[in-house]
Amino acid sequence: MLQRGEPVKQVKQDKAKNHAKDSYNYTDKLDPMKISLKRIFRSETTGIFLILFLICLVLMVVCRETFPTSDNLLSVARQFSYIAIAAIGELMVIITNGIDLSVGSIMGFGSVLAGFLMHEWAFQVPVAIIIGLIGGGMIGALNAFFITKLNLPPFIATLGTLSIARGLAYAITKGYTVPCPDAFAAIGQGYLGPIPLPVIYMVIMGVSFAVFLSRTVVGRRIYALGGNEEAAEVSGINIKRIKCLVYILSGVLAAAGGIICAARLGVAQSTLGLGYELDVIAAVYIGGASANGGSGTVLGAITGAAIMGVIRNGLVLLDVSPYWVQFAIGTIIVIAVAIDQFRAKYNQKRQLREVKA
Amino acid sequence: MEDDNLEEKKSMRGIVMPYILEVRNICKRFPGVLALNNVSLDVKRGEILGLVGENGAGKSTLIKILAGVYSKDTGEIMFDGQKVEILSPHHSHQLGISVIFQELNLFPNISVAENIFAGREKSRGGFMNYSQTNAEALALMKRVGLNCRPETLVCNLPVAQRQMVEVAKALSLKAKLIIMDEPTSSLTERETQLLFQIIRNLKAAGVSVIFISHRLNEIIEIVDRVHVLRDGENAGVIERPDLTEEKMIQLMVGRELKKIFPKAPAAIGEEILRVKNLTVPSVLKDISFELRSGEILGVAGLVGAGRTELMRVIFGLDPFSNGEIYINRRPVRINSPEDAIREGIAFVTEDRRLQGLILGMSIRENASLVALRALQRAGFIKFRAENSLVREYVQKLQIKTPSLERKVSTLSGGNQQKVVLAKWLAVKPQILILDEPTRGIDVGAKAEIHRIISDLAGQGVGIIMISSELPEVLGMSDRILVMHEGRITGVLEREEATQEKIMSLAVS
Repeated sequence: MLQRGEPVKQVKQDKAKNHAKDSYNYTDKLDPMKISLKRIFRSETTGIFLILFLICLVLMVVCRETFPTSDNLLSVARQFSYIAIAAIGELMVIITNGIDLSVGSIMGFGSVLAGFLMHEWAFQVPVAIIIGLIGGGMIGALNAFFITKLNLPPFIATLGTLSIARGLAYAITKGYTVPCPDAFAAIGQGYLGPIPLPVIYMVIMGVSFAVFLSRTVVGRRIYALGGNEEAAEVSGINIKRIKCLVYILSGVLAAAGGIICAARLGVAQSTLGLGYELDVIAAVYIGGASANGGSGTVLGAITGAAIMGVIRNGLVLLDVSPYWVQFAIGTIIVIAVAIDQFRAKYNQKRQLREVKA
Repeated sequence: MEDDNLEEKKSMRGIVMPYILEVRNICKRFPGVLALNNVSLDVKRGEILGLVGENGAGKSTLIKILAGVYSKDTGEIMFDGQKVEILSPHHSHQLGISVIFQELNLFPNISVAENIFAGREKSRGGFMNYSQTNAEALALMKRVGLNCRPETLVCNLPVAQRQMVEVAKALSLKAKLIIMDEPTSSLTERETQLLFQIIRNLKAAGVSVIFISHRLNEIIEIVDRVHVLRDGENAGVIERPDLTEEKMIQLMVGRELKKIFPKAPAAIGEEILRVKNLTVPSVLKDISFELRSGEILGVAGLVGAGRTELMRVIFGLDPFSNGEIYINRRPVRINSPEDAIREGIAFVTEDRRLQGLILGMSIRENASLVALRALQRAGFIKFRAENSLVREYVQKLQIKTPSLERKVSTLSGGNQQKVVLAKWLAVKPQILILDEPTRGIDVGAKAEIHRIISDLAGQGVGIIMISSELPEVLGMSDRILVMHEGRITGVLEREEATQEKIMSLAVS
């Protein structure tokens, strides 16, 4: 006997509306083999690039002396690289119509785990890093278990692991800051020529996962699952396996972002990444992922992180109070997603007109 | 003087208009299909009219027009002596028409009384007046024989009682005409009799009822007259004295069978699929049949007979509690679509938009989706191979498109269905299951798809085809399986099968 207010088990409602609505990617999928001007012009990522370009242009004028220096620009890039790396993992989760709220906590947990191993138990730096990454992957696996085996909605499941992972980070450090060996710090503080290493890592991971998503079978299946889970299942795609994969990858990449950030700082703090999940998720959506799942690109996610990083930097250079920075970021997320909806609808109409003609 | 005229007018109305509802020459068109073609229908005051017809005959379109959900393209509706345009469901209620849909439009998470007065709540200054709501609901509930408390949450009621809530709601709307769509499909014998008693009470009180059902024996028990629809047109009206099941079936299916379906003779070979005693509790009972290579096995039956459910089980999408499946005489375990695909089974689902295609992806990406496993090298997709494979099938199936990169959402229904077919044919299945393969597709594309299916059979593929279109089933199948409420009620060979035989097996 159900009481008033208790959830009633719903019959599977008709999801035709969601599927009929065309996803963000309004262009005909242009042949991935051909790299042509047409493709670059019509790709939705170009739109995001344009926005980034415009913002940079504005800042170059307004902050003529401070913004366009190589020091500043490289520093900005380094700042958003941690978010960008985690955003790559989050992107894959969002493509499959899920969400991972625990990425901020995993950033903290992974870095603290590695730091602890190096400091307390004198582990070798590479080994500690690998174990830190595996730790992130295990939290991801926990997410995957909650979502695929216990059938918890991703929002609820990752909300739980958000606290679980952060709690583990506190437990490991007991609140103390963990100093890290120099060899570890070199990984985050070093340069390749003029470019900070974290930026290099971001580029390497960005390219690798962009290739993974666009050119491999698993990548194609991830998009298929996000586009229409039922159709993907009927077509023989193992839904549970793909979901497990994306959550584990999200965990590993979040841990990677956290470890690189800790390396830059030279210490591992249990509060690392506190609140970062909002930036990570915002980066993915600003970068063009559809709220309905099924689309989004790595380049878009990284550009989204860049936009937020540049705006933060700009506001700081303009001496704006840090509180207003938060307000600005929030406003931009809403505007970005609204523009996205607008374009999807506009292009759907445009395509229908073409077909009728 | 004025009063005299009024009396005269009233009695004139009584004599001249015995009908509560007169529908004249209604046409309704949807993209690609003419759902209603010059349909006319009359319901007398205080009459119980049965409305029968096959799946797709137009019954639900007609009642949705009466309910104000759809608008008619042409035609007239006269209700209670007045010409009306039914603008919305709210307007339909105001006129005095109440429709109880098969799925029931109740809110499970609130109470019976709240459901009855949903949208017309008894309130005082914005606050719910529960005592009045419950008291008035109780009175209505007594009239329909609903014994529970008005505060009971609807989710805690069994289906039969939920239906009573709908009837009570209709009464509260002071309905003059209540339309019931398949009201007995979830009821036991006893509950059905209770419902019939309530319907008779309604009739005695002057309320008219349109009773839609596939259970022809029940129709005979309760109705005064029967109106038959077929292919969106009037097929006839049967008066009480002539009312028999045979007569109803005859009108439901009695169409000329034109030779539209080019089923070429094919050599039928060895058994490739055998299903034994397949059971899913409350859904499928003890299903057994075989399929041979080169054979087209039609599966007929009414909506809800279990045809799609059976195919989902064979394909590994749903579990079964009992039974065995043999492929090429070898017992197999199919627990997922992956397993089924590995055994050479393909499944073209009923709804291509919901389950067959990924609308946001291109033709190429959709068509290669199942074949990806074969199109890879070390996990990477071989784009050249993918392109040539998709191009091959686009040509074979004559999918009309300027480019493989077109989003499938822009294609017509027929071309979309061909993309789904291409996806499955690309992995060269030995058993192809088709669920309503030509539903919602224009005549030209339909014929093309039939030709494709026929060719496949000629190449030795075993085909199972679920279809609600009897001419299609009769034209394409070598044998026809008929299902009813989860059981196989009959198997007909091509030569002996007729529309009437199939329909009688489908309704009993």
